[in-house]
Amino acid sequence: MIRYIIKRVLLIIPLLLGVSIVCFILVNLNPSSPAEVTLRINNITVTPQAIEETKKELGLDKPLVQQYVQWIKNLLNADLGTSYETKQPVFDELIQALPVTIYLSFSAILLIAIFGFLIGVLCAVYENSYFDKLARVFIFTSAAMPSFWLALLLIWLFSLKFNIFPSSGLDGIKSIVLPAVTLAVAYISTFVRIIRNSLIQIKSSLFITYAKARGLNKFEILKHKIKNVINPFIVALAMSIPKLFAGTVIIENIFGLPGLGRLCVHAIFARDYPIIQSYILFIAILFIIFNLLADIWLQARDPRLRV
Amino acid sequence: MRKDFLIKIVDNKLALASLIFITLLIITGLFAPLVSPNDPYLINLDEKLLSYSLKYPLGTDHLGRCVASRLIYGIRTTLFYSLFAMIITVFFGLILGLLASFFKLLRVVILRFCDIMLSFPSELMMLAIIGFLGTGIENIIIAAIISKVAWYTRMIYSFTLNHVNTNYIHFSKVIGIPSRTIIKKHLFPLILSDIIMLATLNVGSIILSISALSFLGLGVQAPTCEWGIMLNEAKELMSINPYMMLPPGLMILFVVLSFNILGDSIRDILDPTYNLKIKDNS
Repeated sequence: MIRYIIKRVLLIIPLLLGVSIVCFILVNLNPSSPAEVTLRINNITVTPQAIEETKKELGLDKPLVQQYVQWIKNLLNADLGTSYETKQPVFDELIQALPVTIYLSFSAILLIAIFGFLIGVLCAVYENSYFDKLARVFIFTSAAMPSFWLALLLIWLFSLKFNIFPSSGLDGIKSIVLPAVTLAVAYISTFVRIIRNSLIQIKSSLFITYAKARGLNKFEILKHKIKNVINPFIVALAMSIPKLFAGTVIIENIFGLPGLGRLCVHAIFARDYPIIQSYILFIAILFIIFNLLADIWLQARDPRLRV
Repeated sequence: MRKDFLIKIVDNKLALASLIFITLLIITGLFAPLVSPNDPYLINLDEKLLSYSLKYPLGTDHLGRCVASRLIYGIRTTLFYSLFAMIITVFFGLILGLLASFFKLLRVVILRFCDIMLSFPSELMMLAIIGFLGTGIENIIIAAIISKVAWYTRMIYSFTLNHVNTNYIHFSKVIGIPSRTIIKKHLFPLILSDIIMLATLNVGSIILSISALSFLGLGVQAPTCEWGIMLNEAKELMSINPYMMLPPGLMILFVVLSFNILGDSIRDILDPTYNLKIKDNS
């Protein structure tokens, strides 16, 4: 087991390097030079001399490889550069916005876990009943639903019509309900499908026949079944956390929540490249780490994989 | 492609309805100037926020523009650009996937590169590229292509892998048929239906991302007719005229739904056991 973990951890090092290179190259894709943007944002007249000075200040006059090495060195010291716009360290800005995004994503994860699991199990138990069919229609529609439209409809219904939940801003638990529901609806279909399909798949397994032969009641048998399908469900749930983080971009902007997604979109409008770059790097690293954890967890929990 | 492929789609009523709906939309989009009742860009402040009537089938927006015409012209932006992005992505994915399955040296490079690109969730990659290239429709299409090409390459590589190790391909290699001919004559027809399935399932997500980015103001810019932009305009008028949210939203929902239904039924036809598999890579 420990050997497996070490092997997996070593394997992600080249992946992390590759991801960092992509993030680094992305900045150099943009048509206008960062030096020019910095000058523009701070309302300094753009002259060739000013550009040269800013380039020196930002270390952009060195060759690319050298810039990259310097950038990585800074990264390892948790120095992500400074925002062009606010002149604050990017690290601080991200840390400030992070709790909101975590709050939102984990509320959504909670909703997905509870409702995804319940609907999935009910669908499988009452396979092909009206409930199952209705749930499948709902799942199909939710997967095709533009989340920003759903958000607008929810705001209209619950904020304007009935005035139950606030339409924007972060103020207590009430303000997180609508965003979390919107985010959860977009992702729930996968999880209902995982639970439902895997429960139906193992229906005719030998151990279920054996459990029936032992005379166990329906509830006991269901417990046996769920034990078998819960692992992939939890792993999929864990692996969707980075995706949810990325998915908060639209939701946070509509509901005016001061999280990472809003920070990133604001940075795109302001052409604040260090913030965009750090945000992308952060989510990608999160993605890799959660993948790694999910693999290790599966390996530890499911002895069949170790053979 | 198998001969009974189309017959099976026609058999499935829901899939057939989706196919007809999409075809109708494409035709409507192509002939938009003939079909649309009014000029979608004509601002007429005397007739703003009208309800539906004979002259304006779906009413008018806050600038007095005909909503129905804007929806129809929106097909051209949202649907056509998504289809275009999808075709280009499939093209590059196909080339890279086939290269990876046929040339050992390239395989490692291409697959490792895919690993790296797949570490970025695709919505995020699109956002990143828009962030650095700037807003606008060309950049959105470039972003959609770059963010999806690795995934296509991976999938197409795994499709071909099933066939590359079969005896008839080995035989063709042994008797000295060049790789190009093997790919063209043997491999491509076999994986074509898989690719169609993949592409159909994917158009929906491209439409969702393009309209979402336009909604945020990062994609297509106003006054172009685009469903996401129309929703953004409707958002501002939510308290006065909530009805304006319905047409563009329903349009996106139905289009994406049709593509998903179509893609799903193609998948069922190709692989009837799919629904029993746990893995869900969408």
